[in-house]
Amino acid sequence: MKRFAELVDGLVFMPSRNGKMRLIADYAATTPDPDRGWALAALTGSLSFAEAKPAAIRQLAMERVDPVLFGWSYDYVGDLAETVALIWPERPERANSQPPSLTEVVDALRTARRAEVMGLIEGWLDSLDASGRFALLKLITGSLRVGVSARLAKTALAEWGGVEVDALEECWHGLTPPYEPLFAWLEGKAGPPEASAGAGFRPLMLATPLEEEDAAGLDPTAYRAEWKWDGIRVQLVSRGGEKRIYSRTGDDISGAFPDILDHMLFDAVLDGELLVARDGVVAPFNDLQQRLNRKSPTARMLQDFPAWVRLYDLLFDGGEDLRPLGFEERRARLEAWREANAPRRMDLSPLVPFASWGELADLRDGARAAGIEGLMLKRADSPYVSGRPKGPWFKWKRGALTLDCVMMYAQRGHGKRSSFYSDYTFGAWRGEELVPVGKAYSGFTDAELAELDRWVRNHTTRRYGPVREVSAGLVLEVAFDSVHRSTRHKSGLAMRFPRIHRIRWDKPPQEADRVETLEAMVVG
Amino acid sequence: MIPPRLPPDPPNSGRLHPDRWIRILPEGVYVEPGGFYVDPVRPVERAVITHGHSDHARPGHDKVLATPGTLAIMRERLGEGAGAGRQPLAYGETIRIGDVTVRLVPAGHVLGSAQVVIEHGGSRIVLSGDYKRTHDRTCAPFEPVPCDVFVTEATFGLPVFRHPPDLGEIAKLLHSLRVFPERSHVVGVYALGKCQRLITLLRAAGYDRPVYLHGALMPICDLYRAQGVELGELRPATVAAKEDLKGAVVLAPPSAIADRWARRLADPVTAMASGWMRVRQRARQRGVELPLVISDHADWDELVQTLDDVGAPEVWVTHGREEALVHHATGRGIRARALALVGFEEEGA
Ligand SMILES: [Zn+2]
Repeated sequence: MKRFAELVDGLVFMPSRNGKMRLIADYAATTPDPDRGWALAALTGSLSFAEAKPAAIRQLAMERVDPVLFGWSYDYVGDLAETVALIWPERPERANSQPPSLTEVVDALRTARRAEVMGLIEGWLDSLDASGRFALLKLITGSLRVGVSARLAKTALAEWGGVEVDALEECWHGLTPPYEPLFAWLEGKAGPPEASAGAGFRPLMLATPLEEEDAAGLDPTAYRAEWKWDGIRVQLVSRGGEKRIYSRTGDDISGAFPDILDHMLFDAVLDGELLVARDGVVAPFNDLQQRLNRKSPTARMLQDFPAWVRLYDLLFDGGEDLRPLGFEERRARLEAWREANAPRRMDLSPLVPFASWGELADLRDGARAAGIEGLMLKRADSPYVSGRPKGPWFKWKRGALTLDCVMMYAQRGHGKRSSFYSDYTFGAWRGEELVPVGKAYSGFTDAELAELDRWVRNHTTRRYGPVREVSAGLVLEVAFDSVHRSTRHKSGLAMRFPRIHRIRWDKPPQEADRVETLEAMVVG
Repeated sequence: MIPPRLPPDPPNSGRLHPDRWIRILPEGVYVEPGGFYVDPVRPVERAVITHGHSDHARPGHDKVLATPGTLAIMRERLGEGAGAGRQPLAYGETIRIGDVTVRLVPAGHVLGSAQVVIEHGGSRIVLSGDYKRTHDRTCAPFEPVPCDVFVTEATFGLPVFRHPPDLGEIAKLLHSLRVFPERSHVVGVYALGKCQRLITLLRAAGYDRPVYLHGALMPICDLYRAQGVELGELRPATVAAKEDLKGAVVLAPPSAIADRWARRLADPVTAMASGWMRVRQRARQRGVELPLVISDHADWDELVQTLDDVGAPEVWVTHGREEALVHHATGRGIRARALALVGFEEEGA
């Protein structure tokens, strides 16, 4: 438990993705089986046992400490598990009782009867130190929030073991905690575990951005084009009665989309775009956002924001792996499959016929409808391979929109950027007033960041903790993919993927754009 | 500030209770029959100073009485402001001031830190200043003195503040150095006390590489060395090459660790050594990646233990989270009250 507690503590405070990965790799390298496997299960949310209710934990603490002091402490700390972990009285005889290992804790909880759980917890709290108690309480209340996704944990282990994360994903679904065959493989002591035949995630094939100069060298007849839809990429897996919806990174999001899951009455693996659509008409991304924010939707949300999948590709038809086939062959299989199965809440992403790159560029720039981000180009003969190879698939986003905005607030960044004001809120004019329209923290070089930071420090008018208000003096040309109505912002508008395109040191702030200009760009 | 209302004399004491001769004035705690203040927050004629932290040792007093260590620190930090007349009093020696006797006893807080033991009219009061009970290689350990009234701080006066063993915290730092050998580890430390204690802890854990220091930390380290505290090799971080700072321990004042000064470091891991780091939210607010719970103040268990050790029937709590300690003491049959002194920061916490 001690090493696990150290890992939890380290991850809680480590802001950077790389840092978290290093901590996970170090843990795996220095912790024996099966402890490290249970830890991996805890991090990836694959652990299930009778959880303890916060109220019961609180009750346990109240039996040990003065309730008045507990109340004041809880007010000060603000988190129940942490308060109990810190306030739990240390017993002098603790030196004699060995703290439990993570494996002992997990084993005991998996087999314990409900009535025994609190007694077990009490004994462990007595033998652990404060960090150990915190990790234990977070684990048993099912709220181990350490900022690590399942994908990140797998990526860290793959890197440590010197294997491709996609290879790890291929076999992941067939594995169960504490994953001893997986660690044996990662340490080079055994071959890879067998790829799972079940409803596991198959790593996606991704596209690289098409640069204008690339297009000139490509043969238009070798490629097929389809729209790039503005939703989230998903993989639908329905194998042997098991059904799953995975995000692009392999996170299981089935629970959030029962309205799709219910219609997966087939045996296949499909690649598509998850959207909100009413009668086949795609709604703005904002509508999908409502659904993405919820782990399990209400009946009302299912009705107001119905989910839809626009299919791109067929990876498995029954047990047959189609991935080695070329795109055009798979496309024909997909069309036939759709004809035969006619799943509800799904349709095909249509191919876009074209004769030349010029014609296609016109089509792309003409498409301002909601739901279209640009075009996808796929080589007709490209097999479906995981990762992001350069050449077979391109994404060709339509040109970004831009707006000249004025910096209003700046906030300190995190990690490497913690000494820099690197997150900027910017506004546009409405009458004489600046109204915030968005926030961006990317799109500039390190050298530009240093200049922006200096500018912020020299033009601060007020401070609020890590935030500085600055005088209206600097114009930022902001690029963004689209703009939508939003009730969350004072301007009533929300940009998608805003980033700093150029810093207009030269431009007087009075000449920046107006909110009305942004309003005119709203689609849908 | 209005002096708090005095409680009635305890019955049958036959002695002159300290409430009759100690007054809480805007300048601070005033010992009337001695004509001096203890750790006054404004310039006064006569002051007894418990230790060198800036909220206790303020500039501009006419006459200052303190341990030789504290006087040396005050001279270093305050220069001319350290007081026109400076009178050293070694630990354990007794002198008479006016109608009272005064003795200084180690408080275990920082080098030179002392409790002030005052006797008058058959009563004894101990003003403990800031103190801790944990072993510290840089200063003399706290000595409990039985007394009629014990005056204590309560910076960490909540039972959630329990400082873990300090070498365990150092082990966390050394572990991080192993996992991130290419990153500088910048640790926020207060210039007086925490900085030197952290260095001695690193040395005790077997870390013998040079420790790099922010310029503001060097003078007090030199002073500690002159007083016989071994610190090993120290180098100024300000002139060091960026390459040398990779994987090195760099100590800096808390205000510098997340600001422009830290940019000279190679992708630093930001650590902070303070008792406040016990509470995760507090550490996170400060952007700390590696919190080290190392404090020069008593934690809850030490506060409670100390009340038992001095056995005083009455306790006055100067500053910090007074209400919890008063509640606890009252529950144990000790007369307790909060003085609610203002002007005491959390330096060195
Ligand atoms: Zn102090």
